[in-house]
Amino acid sequence: ATKAAGKPATRPNRWKSVIGLEVHAQIQTNSKLFSGAEVAFSSPINSCVSLFDASIPGTLPVLNRKCVELGVRTALALGCKVNSVSMFDRKHYFYADLPAGYQITQQRAPLARGGLLSFPVFVPGVSRKPYYKSARLHQLQLEQDSGKSLHDPVERKSLVDLNRAGVPLMELVFEPDLETGEEAAALVKELILILTRLGSCSCRMEEGALRVDANISVHKENTPLGTRTEVKNIGSVRAVAQAIEFEIERQIGILDGGGKIFNETRAWDAAGRQTIAMRDKEVVQDYRFMPEPNLPPLHVNVDGECDADVVVDAVHIGSSLPELPEETRRQIVEIHNLTPEMAIILVNDITLYNHFRTILDEPGKARSPKAVANFLINELLTILNKNKIDIEECRIPSTHLAEVTDMLEGNIINAYLARLIVQEALDGEGRESPALLAQRNDWLMITDTERIEAMCKDAIKNNPKVVEKYRKGKEKMLYALAGEIAKVSEQKVDMAKSVDLLKNMLK
Amino acid sequence: MNRRLPLKLKELSECFRTQTLDPVSATEQILQLANRLQHLNAFIRTSPEKALAQAEKSSTRHKTGKPLSLLDGAPIAVKDNFCTKGIHTTCAARMLENFVPTYNATVYERLARNGAILVGKTNMDQYGMGSGTVDSIFGPTKNYWDAVEGESDFRIAGGSSGGSAVAVASGICFAALGSDTGGSTRNPASYCGVVGFKPTYGLLSRYGLIPLVNSMDVPGILTRTVDDCLAVFNAIAGPDDRDSTTIKTFFKPISLPDASKICLKGLKVGIPIEYHCEGLSDEVLTTWTKVADMLEDAGASVHPVSLPYTSASIFVYSILNQCEVASNMARYDGIEFGHRSDEDASTEQLYAKSRAEGFNGVVKNRILSGNFFLLRKNYDKYFEKALKVRRLIANDFDRAFQEVDILLTPTTLSDAPRYSEFIQSNNRDQCAVQDFCTQPANMGGIPALSLPIRLSEQRLPISLQLMAPNFSEKRLFKVAKWIEEQVKFETNYN
Repeated sequence: ATKAAGKPATRPNRWKSVIGLEVHAQIQTNSKLFSGAEVAFSSPINSCVSLFDASIPGTLPVLNRKCVELGVRTALALGCKVNSVSMFDRKHYFYADLPAGYQITQQRAPLARGGLLSFPVFVPGVSRKPYYKSARLHQLQLEQDSGKSLHDPVERKSLVDLNRAGVPLMELVFEPDLETGEEAAALVKELILILTRLGSCSCRMEEGALRVDANISVHKENTPLGTRTEVKNIGSVRAVAQAIEFEIERQIGILDGGGKIFNETRAWDAAGRQTIAMRDKEVVQDYRFMPEPNLPPLHVNVDGECDADVVVDAVHIGSSLPELPEETRRQIVEIHNLTPEMAIILVNDITLYNHFRTILDEPGKARSPKAVANFLINELLTILNKNKIDIEECRIPSTHLAEVTDMLEGNIINAYLARLIVQEALDGEGRESPALLAQRNDWLMITDTERIEAMCKDAIKNNPKVVEKYRKGKEKMLYALAGEIAKVSEQKVDMAKSVDLLKNMLK
Repeated sequence: MNRRLPLKLKELSECFRTQTLDPVSATEQILQLANRLQHLNAFIRTSPEKALAQAEKSSTRHKTGKPLSLLDGAPIAVKDNFCTKGIHTTCAARMLENFVPTYNATVYERLARNGAILVGKTNMDQYGMGSGTVDSIFGPTKNYWDAVEGESDFRIAGGSSGGSAVAVASGICFAALGSDTGGSTRNPASYCGVVGFKPTYGLLSRYGLIPLVNSMDVPGILTRTVDDCLAVFNAIAGPDDRDSTTIKTFFKPISLPDASKICLKGLKVGIPIEYHCEGLSDEVLTTWTKVADMLEDAGASVHPVSLPYTSASIFVYSILNQCEVASNMARYDGIEFGHRSDEDASTEQLYAKSRAEGFNGVVKNRILSGNFFLLRKNYDKYFEKALKVRRLIANDFDRAFQEVDILLTPTTLSDAPRYSEFIQSNNRDQCAVQDFCTQPANMGGIPALSLPIRLSEQRLPISLQLMAPNFSEKRLFKVAKWIEEQVKFETNYN
C-alpha cells in the first residue's frame, strides 16, 4: 500500500519481509478498567489495589465508562467501525501477577473492528524522501493489564506488585501490512501522536504505557508466507525498528543457511541489540476462552440519538475528535508552504509543534513560517541534540524562542549568534530573555558602518599578500579577507556587507 | 428463662415494640438454642459477641421507638459462602478455612442495615457443589425433623444450603440466606419444611457471594413463612452498582393482602408433565395432585403444559457448571488469600500443591472436566452447544407462560433421604436426581419458591414448588401465601 515514491530498501536474494504489529496501550484514566483503584505510575508497591484487583472471592467487575469512551474515541480516530454490542471474555492462564487466573479481554466481539492507519515513513538524515504507508487495523479491544512479578533467584523469592493489575488497556491488532523495521517504527510513532492528541494514552513507553509486539516472517517473492516469530514487549520506537530489522536478518541468515524458523516468542534485548528466545513461552497455550458471565454485553450507540446517561454515545464522540497529525501536516504544507519533510519533523514532536504554533499564532505578529520552522529544526534541535536534551526537558519558553527568530529575521543576530544565545538560555533554564542575553554578552550584529570600515582597513593592512593576490585577479581572495573580519568580529559582521565594503576600498 | 420465641417475624417485631421481649434476651435465647442444637451441625461458626453487640443496638432502637424495620432485632443466619466482614467465610472448604473477608456481601449488608442480627454462618457443601450438605470439611448437617443426638444415621438436610434450612427449621433463626444455582436453596427448604425462595436472576446482588456458576447463582431466602420471606426479600432486593448483572431499575417493595383476601379466580396454573418423572414418590405425587385440586376448587384453572427440554437441563447444567467452576477456581492459587502449601520450590509447585491440598475430589473433578470442555477444540462441541440448549430450556418456560400464569411442580422427588442411602451414589448422580425439578428455573433465570405442604408418613416435610415468569415475584408470593394458609404447615412447628 505504498502511496508515494521512496521504496523501502530491497533485501538480498529477493527475500521479502512481512510484519504485523500488536500494540498494548494503557488507557489514560484515573481508575482501573473494572475497579475503583487508582491508576498512578510508580506508586508505592501494592498501594493501588482494590479487593477486585487482588481477586478476593465474591468481588465482581464493574466496567469503567471512561475507558469505553476513550476506546471509542481512539477507534473512531483510526477509522474503525465501533460495534454496537461488544462482549468480554476470560482468557485463562496461571501466572503469579494474574491473580484471578484469567484476564478479562474481548475475544469474540471487540469494541471496534476494521480501521486503517496511514503514516509517513521518514527518518531525517537516513531516508532521502518520505513515503506513505498504510496498515489495516484488524480490531481494537479493551482488556486488563496484569500485575508485575519480580524474581530474586538468589533469595529464591518472587514478589508481586498488583498496582498494574487491572489497569485498562486497548489492544490494537494491525494486519501484517508492513515490510521494514522503519515502517513499523513509523506506524508506532504515528499512533503515539494520535493517541496523545486524543488523550487516550500517555504513550510513555519508558513507563510501559505503550508496548509493542511484532510478528515477523520472511519469504521469497511469489512463495507462501514464511513461519513467523513474535518479538514481545518492545519498549521504544527506535527499538521497534532495531528489533524487527535484527529479526529479519536473523531469519534470512537461518534460511539462507538451510535452517528452519520456529514459531516462537522472542524478546528484544536492548543492551545486546538482539532478539532472544523466551523459554517459558515454548508450550502452545490453550487459553480456554469463556464469556465473562459477570459483565453484561457492552452497548454503544453508533447511530441516531440515545440517552447519554445510559450508554456511551459514539456519535457524539465522533463529532468531537481533535485534529489528527496527518491533517496538521497537510495544513503545514498547504497553508504555510513548507516542505513535507519539514511538516513531518514538526508534527512528529508535539513540543516542537507546539512551539511552532505558539510562535506563529502570537497575536499582532506576522512571522514567516519558513523562518520559524528553519530556526526550530536547524538551530534549536541541533543545539538540543548537542546537549543531549529532549525537547520536552528544554525550559526555554515559546516567547523566548519567538524573540530569537525575530532577531534573526531582523538581522540583529545571525545563525551563529542565535546558537550562542540559545545555548546560554538553555544553561540559564530560560529565566532571562534572549534579547537581554544578547545585550549582556554583546552577541549582536555590528551595524555601525564606520566600525566595519575600520575592520576592513585593518584586514587590508594586516594581509598584504592576500590583497596582492586579489589585485592580480583572484576574486575569491576577497572572501578570505571577509573571513578574517568575521574572525576578528566574532562572526558579528554581515559577510555580504564586508565584502561590499572591501570591494569599494580596493578599487 | 427459656420462653419460646414467636414463630413469625411480625409477631417478634410486635413483642419488641411492646417491649414484652428484648432483642438482647431474644438473642441470648437463640444462642443457647444454637448451643443445644449443635449436634445438627447447622452452623460452621456462630458469632455470639457480634450478635449480642448488634442486639444491644437493636434494643436501644426499640426502646426509643425507632426500629429500622420489621427485621430489627431478628436473628438470622447466613450461608458460609457470603462474605461477612471480620467473620470467617469458608465455603466449607479447606481452601478458605482461614479466609476472613474485609467486606460484607451486599445482601448481608442490607440485612444488617435493617437491624437483623447475625447468629452465625451456616454449613454447606464445599463451594455449593452438592445437594445434601454432606460434602463439608465440617461434616454433614442433619435434618432437624429426624435427627436423634448420638445416632450415626440421620436424614440429610438437602443442600447445598442445608445449614441455613436447618437453622430456620430448628427455630434458631427467623430467616437465613442461602444461595441457589441449581436448587441449592429450594432443595434443603423442601427437605426441612421451610419456605425456600430463589428470585429472578438480577434482582438480588451477588456481590460478596463466592461464586459457583455466576450466570445462574442467586442469593436465596429461607424462612418459616411466606410473609417473612417477602419481608426479607423486600429488604435486600434491588440494584447494586457493585454487581453489573443486577437489574438497574428501582425495586418497588411488594406488598400482599391478607391471605383471606387473596382471590385465585382466573389464575391459570400449569402442571408440567415432564416433572412427573421417574423416581417421583407416591407421597409427593399425591401432595402435588391435592394442591392442584385445591387451587382448582378455589377458582383457578389447572392445565397440563409441556416443557420438553426439562430432562436436558441436568446435562446442560453439568457442562456450564463445570466450565464456570474451572474458571472461578483459577484464583485459588495460595498467593493472595486462601490455603497456601509449604511446598514452594517454584511458583508452579506452590500452585499445584496448594490446590491439591485445598480442594476436595468433587471440586477437582469439576475443574478438570470444565477445563476439558473449554479447550479450543471442544468449546463448540460442549460449551457453545450447552448454551444453545440452555436457550431452548428458557424458551420452554417462555412458551408455557404464554398459556399459564404459574407452574406447580414438586421441589424434590421424595422426603429427605437417609444419609446412609444418599452417600451410596456419587456427587454427580446425587445432583442429577436432586436437582431435576429445581434446576430448570436457574436456566431460565425465573423466580421459584418451595413451600412446605405436609408431613409424610415418616413425619418428614413434603414440599411443592411454584415457578413464575421473570419479575413476577408478586404473583408467586400471592399464590404461595394462599396455599400456605390452606395447608397450615406451620402447625407442625408447635
